[in-house]
Amino acid sequence: MKDLFRGELVRFTLEEPETSTKAAILWQRDSEFQRLLDNNPVQSNSEKKFREGFEKEAENGFKPERCGFSVRTLAEDRFIGFLSIWLDLIHREAWVGLGIGAREDWSKGYGTDMLKLCQQYVFSELSMKRLSLGLFEYNPRALRSYEKCGFRLEGRTRMDTMREGKRVDSLWMGILREEWLQMQEGEGK
Amino acid sequence: MLDIQTQLFESQDLRLGPIDHEKDPEIESKWTHSSEFMRLMDTEPARPLSAAVIKKQYEKLEKRVEENKNLFHFMVRLKADDRLIGKATIQWIEWTNGNAFLRLGIGLADDWRKGYGTQALKLLLRIAFAELNLFRVSAIVPEYNQAAVALLHKFGFVQEVCRRSALERDGRRWDLYVFGLLRDEWQNRSTG
Repeated sequence: MKDLFRGELVRFTLEEPETSTKAAILWQRDSEFQRLLDNNPVQSNSEKKFREGFEKEAENGFKPERCGFSVRTLAEDRFIGFLSIWLDLIHREAWVGLGIGAREDWSKGYGTDMLKLCQQYVFSELSMKRLSLGLFEYNPRALRSYEKCGFRLEGRTRMDTMREGKRVDSLWMGILREEWLQMQEGEGK
Repeated sequence: MLDIQTQLFESQDLRLGPIDHEKDPEIESKWTHSSEFMRLMDTEPARPLSAAVIKKQYEKLEKRVEENKNLFHFMVRLKADDRLIGKATIQWIEWTNGNAFLRLGIGLADDWRKGYGTQALKLLLRIAFAELNLFRVSAIVPEYNQAAVALLHKFGFVQEVCRRSALERDGRRWDLYVFGLLRDEWQNRSTG
């Protein structure tokens, strides 16, 4: 059986609440990072608030419809980001959100590797039928990475986001279980 | 001149208004006993709900309105006899982006195909654009809800996203659509 937690460049872990808190405090300083992650107004959250959030997650354990991973590089064993999965257990659809905190770690192929691990987890461990994600027009780097992983663009909600006084689209992508299985066969050859 | 005479809450046959916590639960409870209605309205598993459950839902809803300030909810009644026939919501409002999602349901099959959906959606759009100043509205519709698809097309909504086989019902997969309408598109239509 395959290693679910180890990719080519990164691995999935779960950091201690204190480590996650320290990292989150640093990462949120970069407003670009926050704006790539979400289209809500950027926030400046306290250490206390982050800590309580991570501790609550640790206490309650993860609910069945939610999986959270921390991400470390294989080469230097550095904590670089996170990946979260939300599940619709009835319709067997999963949604993924991910972030790589420090800009030195962007464009290194880590995101692509994280998503490949995520696809493997969602389809071969969680038995989902489809994996979905959303991104913003102003994030072409993410779009390239998602396309590389086999996600198909399924549409754009026109001008649903306003940043810097400009209207931009959100893009929506998805990959079906059969599509992922086909890709696996192609790679096995 | 600013048009404040045109009524926001009234159409030819309908009136949008508040929840009646005494009388409405029993009526909405009846709607939930139609699995067809429940499946058209929601992707959550359909279940019949008692008046007591509906009553609690109303209380939660009003709390959400007060706390989150990103939700407007209306009951749809016939002007003629004040009978409750449906509900209409503008929800998940993102104020900084000017985007929100619409939800609309006419409860009893006997009240379908009478143009009530059209009247209610027209009112809802005017509230969204002329009162809440939204830039666009969205609606999420499963492939099998052809009545909703037709209604949205009638108002000029564009099918923007097709989430392929995102739902499973009756043992097969269905697509889920996201529709969108921009304020400009609405304005050009209502004046034209």
